[in-house]
Amino acid sequence: MGAKQLAEKVESILDNYQRDQGMLVSILQDIQAEYNYLPKEALVEVSQTLGAPLSRVYSVATFFKAFSLEPRGRYLINVCLGTACHVRGAVRILETIERELDIRPGKTTQDLKFTLETVNCVGCCALGPVVIIDGEYHGQMKTDKVKVLLENYT
Amino acid sequence: MVGKGQALNRLSSPDELEGIRKSIIKQRDPNKPCITICGGTGCLALRGESVIAAFKQKIKRQGVETKVDVRITGCPGFCERGPLVVIKPQNIFYQRIRVEDVPEIISETVLRDNIIDRLLYTDPNTGQKVIYEHEVSFYKKQKRLIIGNNELIDPTIIDDYLAVGGYAALSKVLFRMSPEEVIEEVKKSSLRGRGGGGFPTGIKWETCRKARGDIKYLICNCDEGDPGAFMDRSLMEGNPHSVLEGMIIGAYAIGCHEGYIYVRNEYPLAVKNAGIAIRQAEEYGLLGKDILGSGFDFSIRISRGGGAFVCGESSALMASLEGKPGEARAKYVHTVERGLWDKPTNLNNVETWANVPLIINQGADWYTKIGTPNSKGTKIFSLVGKVNNTGLVEVPMGITLREVIFDIGGGIPGGKEFKAVQTGGPSGGVIPESLLDLPVDFDELTKAGSMMGSGGMIVMDENNCMVDIAKYFLTFLEEESCGKCVPCREGVKRMREILTDITEGRGKDGDIELLERLSAVIIDSSLCALGGTAPNPVLTTIGYFRDEYEAHIRDKRCPAGVCKALISYHIVDEKCPGCRLCEKACPTRAITFVEKRKPVILDQEKCIKCGICYDVCNLDAITVK
Ligand SMILES: Cc1cc2nc3c(=O)[nH]c(=O)nc-3n(C[C@H](O)[C@H](O)[C@H](O)COP(=O)(O)O)c2cc1C
Ligand code: FES
Repeated sequence: MGAKQLAEKVESILDNYQRDQGMLVSILQDIQAEYNYLPKEALVEVSQTLGAPLSRVYSVATFFKAFSLEPRGRYLINVCLGTACHVRGAVRILETIERELDIRPGKTTQDLKFTLETVNCVGCCALGPVVIIDGEYHGQMKTDKVKVLLENYT
Repeated sequence: MVGKGQALNRLSSPDELEGIRKSIIKQRDPNKPCITICGGTGCLALRGESVIAAFKQKIKRQGVETKVDVRITGCPGFCERGPLVVIKPQNIFYQRIRVEDVPEIISETVLRDNIIDRLLYTDPNTGQKVIYEHEVSFYKKQKRLIIGNNELIDPTIIDDYLAVGGYAALSKVLFRMSPEEVIEEVKKSSLRGRGGGGFPTGIKWETCRKARGDIKYLICNCDEGDPGAFMDRSLMEGNPHSVLEGMIIGAYAIGCHEGYIYVRNEYPLAVKNAGIAIRQAEEYGLLGKDILGSGFDFSIRISRGGGAFVCGESSALMASLEGKPGEARAKYVHTVERGLWDKPTNLNNVETWANVPLIINQGADWYTKIGTPNSKGTKIFSLVGKVNNTGLVEVPMGITLREVIFDIGGGIPGGKEFKAVQTGGPSGGVIPESLLDLPVDFDELTKAGSMMGSGGMIVMDENNCMVDIAKYFLTFLEEESCGKCVPCREGVKRMREILTDITEGRGKDGDIELLERLSAVIIDSSLCALGGTAPNPVLTTIGYFRDEYEAHIRDKRCPAGVCKALISYHIVDEKCPGCRLCEKACPTRAITFVEKRKPVILDQEKCIKCGICYDVCNLDAITVK
């Protein structure tokens, strides 16, 4: 991606929030939605345009779990480890996915296809254990369904 | 009609509001069949979207648009059985609907009044099919004052909310009550905050009103960090106007002109619907400048959180709203006096706000008839985990846990034994079988060592390990601690390490006492309530299930069969017919097939205890020891 394009994109996101420092979290969310992660250049751009120290932008970007400073795979897998999912065996689902993809949570497969992450509750607790892949919710997951599920994403 | 130019829709007096309400109601024929389909996150996760699309398409194709309406509603709460479809006006209740069922529902039920048996709900206890929604046991004992409207309205259409009496409370407040009278009424209702602490709402408003400052802020807390709870999401998604109405009333009473909704980013639909609701309310002149021609101004912005539990805590939430990391600060500075940008700030939970219009409409005297002496009104719980009917339940305060879990929830699935119910989220604790007749209210749950919290109610059965649950919560809190104060940052970590040792077979005598001592210190010396309540899950599990801790420590045994280091899987030879399902599923080839009708053999050396064999076996031929 070109530096100019990135700068323009970030500018337009900042404009959506009237360049309000108080909206920093929302701004970073929109940038992440655009690029799948927070590119370093984007953080610099945000800091300069808002007139906020880069250290502060960085501390917000690293404080919240939802942000990633590394590029992520084509499909984001989010395994819910909230309490409701936990008591219904979410850990075993996560372990099965880890084994299938040979990666740990927070990591991306070498072919950049999947990134595996965990989340604490997505509000579908009644359907636990829940796995979200590429924005699609899969409820009432079972360990023996994991393999087939992953094969659906090519 | 929203969206056809602002000037046309803007309401500038109570009479105009009542006028438009009348015309909306008049246009609607209460006897015209209406297919209501849940559009909440739960049902959408169960492929509800394609069901909705199929209904719309089929109705158009069959040319029956004039004979039947379709309404995409908020979540009625019975997520377990989704996608949910209710046919009005009879209230025929269909569950687990698939796209293939859609043509039949239209041709048989809607056009010919025939009931389709296979789509009905079967009561797990009586085995009987139930036709009407209000006869489903899950709904029968509920008192759905707050969440009940979810299924009557399309949250993206403000007219639907007006049709059920929406914004009447706001109109009453603005034109017939002084701010002081509003506060008095809320105080008289004894409404207590639904976000966890149970602080009296009227008193909070009064303090904020009296606090010195020209600018005051008002915030709605929709961070809902308690993992396992989702009632705030459902209200914000399913009936956002009721929350907005409560906020505007509060703003008038306190004297605020700017408000925020702080919502978790994991809730995209709630963000979307709240945004639509704000726009529509502005177009109608119910939000923004000169609301309903009263001269009162109030605007609301949405701010999305970044998935940090501590950001639900008031001072951390406000730090995050200011664009800073969400760190809590000491309690001696009250946010009602110095909160957001150091201005007096009033923060209430989503459900608290949603109670306000009800109290104003029905009056405090009516409201205080519901509940127990110290806890009035209803509470919405997220009833989840090992229970038959999972979903959202709204019950009057004072109902017993047993009624919620067994009458509404239909008991424990698979014939398993009930073990405990966890309330209050990571700050709460577990409650054992012996206390199931406890009435649910703020004080009783606290007495039991747990708390009301925001409303998570997680049911656990004999296959859940109490030490594992304690470790689960402490792991969660260790990660979510903002790290500012030492007792929480270091203390919780040490407790989690001890619990990990116990679950992995390294527990030693004295660990339980050490956990208790650490707990006392952390409770006394943490900066905010995250640390202050963090030991609760540990203390309650020790208190009620000490023998389970001892089994882990002394006998190196996990009685519930959960802690991996202490368990092993075994084939039950009498039950295993050698069907090879497990052999094929085993990722490490630890299972060997002998011959048909002979049990398979499991090699403990190769077994990684992933549990897949246990999951695929339909014959209970695999056990955990
Ligand atoms: C660690 C922590 C997390 C919290 N999370 C939430 C939350 O997610 N939602 C909420 O409404 N209140 C939460 N609270 C309580 C808030 O601090 C605050 O008391 C509440 O929002 C006030 O609203 P209420 O009086 O209407 O309950 C949390 C408190 C703590 C200590
Ligand atoms: S606990 Fe998994 S969705 Fe709530």
